[in-house]
Amino acid sequence: MLNIKNLEATIDNKHILKGLNLDIKPGEVHAIMGPNGSGKSTLANVLSGKNGYEIKGEIKYNGDSLKELSTEKRAQKGIFLAFQYPLEIPGVNTNTFLRTSLNSVRKAQGEKELDTLTFLKLIKEKASELGIDEKFLSRQLNVGFSGGEKKKNEILQMKLLQPKLSILDETDSGLDIDALRIVADGVNSYKNKENAFLIITHYQRLLDYIKPDFVHVLSNGKIIKTGNADLGVQLEKTGYSNIV
Amino acid sequence: MKTEDLKNNTEYKYGFTTDVENIRSPKGLSEETIKFISNIKKEPKWMLEWRLKAFNRLKVLKEPDWQKPKYPKIDYQDLYYYSAPKGASEKPKSLDDIDPKILETYKKLGIPLVEQKRLNGIAVDAVFDSVSVATTFKDELTKKGIIFCSISEAIQKHPDLVKKYLGSVIPLSDHYFATLNSAVFTDGSFVYIPPNTKCPMELSTYFRINASETGQFERTLIIADKGSYVSYLEGCTAPMRDENQLHAANVELVALDDAEIKYSTVQNWYPGDEKGVGGIYNFVTKRGACRGKNSKISWTQVETGSAITWKYPSCILQGDNSVGEFYSIAITNNFQKADTGTKMIHLGKNTKSKIISKGISAGNADNMYRGLVEIKNKATNSRNYTQCDSLLMGNKCGAHTIPYIKNNNASSTIEHEATTTKINEEQLYYCNQRGLDQEEAVSLIVNGFCKEVLQQLPMEFAVEAQKLVAISLEGSVG
Repeated sequence: MLNIKNLEATIDNKHILKGLNLDIKPGEVHAIMGPNGSGKSTLANVLSGKNGYEIKGEIKYNGDSLKELSTEKRAQKGIFLAFQYPLEIPGVNTNTFLRTSLNSVRKAQGEKELDTLTFLKLIKEKASELGIDEKFLSRQLNVGFSGGEKKKNEILQMKLLQPKLSILDETDSGLDIDALRIVADGVNSYKNKENAFLIITHYQRLLDYIKPDFVHVLSNGKIIKTGNADLGVQLEKTGYSNIV
Repeated sequence: MKTEDLKNNTEYKYGFTTDVENIRSPKGLSEETIKFISNIKKEPKWMLEWRLKAFNRLKVLKEPDWQKPKYPKIDYQDLYYYSAPKGASEKPKSLDDIDPKILETYKKLGIPLVEQKRLNGIAVDAVFDSVSVATTFKDELTKKGIIFCSISEAIQKHPDLVKKYLGSVIPLSDHYFATLNSAVFTDGSFVYIPPNTKCPMELSTYFRINASETGQFERTLIIADKGSYVSYLEGCTAPMRDENQLHAANVELVALDDAEIKYSTVQNWYPGDEKGVGGIYNFVTKRGACRGKNSKISWTQVETGSAITWKYPSCILQGDNSVGEFYSIAITNNFQKADTGTKMIHLGKNTKSKIISKGISAGNADNMYRGLVEIKNKATNSRNYTQCDSLLMGNKCGAHTIPYIKNNNASSTIEHEATTTKINEEQLYYCNQRGLDQEEAVSLIVNGFCKEVLQQLPMEFAVEAQKLVAISLEGSVG
């Protein structure tokens, strides 16, 4: 599904990714761990097509190069990024945002746009699966949401948009144990043979709930070690300094 | 709003002209022109005298130049002050008498005048250049004692009301453009709501400029008698031309005891092209008097068009416990300029005013909020709350806020909040990541920014206004 070869990324003259290789197949869960400043969030931004990066190397998604595609085109093709810091958009109702988003994606994929009533039915269903109160959907997008609410909202959007590749950028940071479980349950319930996950995290604790097939250690812009779920557990005990 | 709709709307879609034969006044500003206008409208003598008095006053007034947007000197002798489709000066008795081309024009503008296709629950007065060509739902309104007609008709049929209230809020000698309007005004709407009557439908006027080299001098007068309520909306469009055209209107509102007037504007005059050539000079005086106790006047404006918008819809809060409100969205793109805001003059006790202004500037445009809140010494326990937010898109546009505040009463309070923000790249990225393209993202964020004002508009127009907000900013990010 995703094939990254020798990926380099530079922003504001800072060379951040320095030859990264990664292959993700449908149905797989990959975790990327690594110390601060190793390039984890940059990888998420580059994959989703954020402006401002100078890119070298190859990123292929289902066989096609991603490099020329805009952020929205990538999103419409099923790449989803759960933001580390979801943005607040004052005056915009959460429901309105979600519906506009879903319909943009559906339209791009040649599906019929949903009318308001059908949408509301769908979103209520998805929200209740995540234990999200309906009232939350009529509030302004992320405005005044707690850290946990914002992250749950990201997972709600993921479940709504049904992406092929979901990138979770430190979704676990700032979550209490209950919220963490809800987020993990959300991911686990969505996981299937067709879609894949790239989970960026500092800590093992999210991986206690979402079992990764692969754990990669990112350091200084490169993946320096790859293992199975045990690698995450080991890192938790010994820290990065032993490998980095 | 979907991308495709947006693409279809890229051009100013109201920019067409209607080919009709016109009757024009002599060119230039003179006593002869004024007499021509008064004569063709079959006005009583007192009206002509009133106009001439204004004209004499005008001779000693100077055109103001303190505003931020400067413009080349207007040659007032090179303008036509009256232009009307042939035959329209005798107001058509029925729709069958109206030139089909004009009916077609309003249909194209989305304002069908023919009986079967009228907008539901909205009575429309259609003003084409210098004349009102049709007013819908008149009979239904008449049954309730409501008068809704062109000002020209009101001068003939309801002279007592006109004499009593015309110029009572904007005096003859107020300032240059207001006085010019008093001398040469051509048409506009007249509304009278009798005591204890709630107007059962939205009243609206649609102003259309069609003829070239012509100024439009609209005059509107709305009177809400004791305990009455009316919601009124005006819309405006004009053809695309390389010349600048002047629209200098006077709008007067009078609310008596316990009456309420809600006045909404969706202004979409031709803004000029992307290089700043052409467009309307929208120099308008709008003022409302809350003359009675517990009265209320609320102005809502969505200003997206015009090369220059220069207006301060104001409230004079005379009656005790009266309330004035001003909700404004002013959008300037390309080379458009706006210098707009409000004046809230507190005279009565316990008077309240609220100002919510949202200025959005893109391209090379310049957007100014200028406002006055004045609490006079007898206005005890009065309050004002003002919030001015500016949103900038790109690096070449400007936003300015000049609030004048005068409080002469120690028991009264004035609050002022202001913010200026740039459209946030991270917000755009977030929207893009959810599949929204750039235009959709901008539209969503800007509509969110304007929400407090948009929700003041009557339902029927809120959706249109939202689309207009998106279209006005087209191509501004990218």
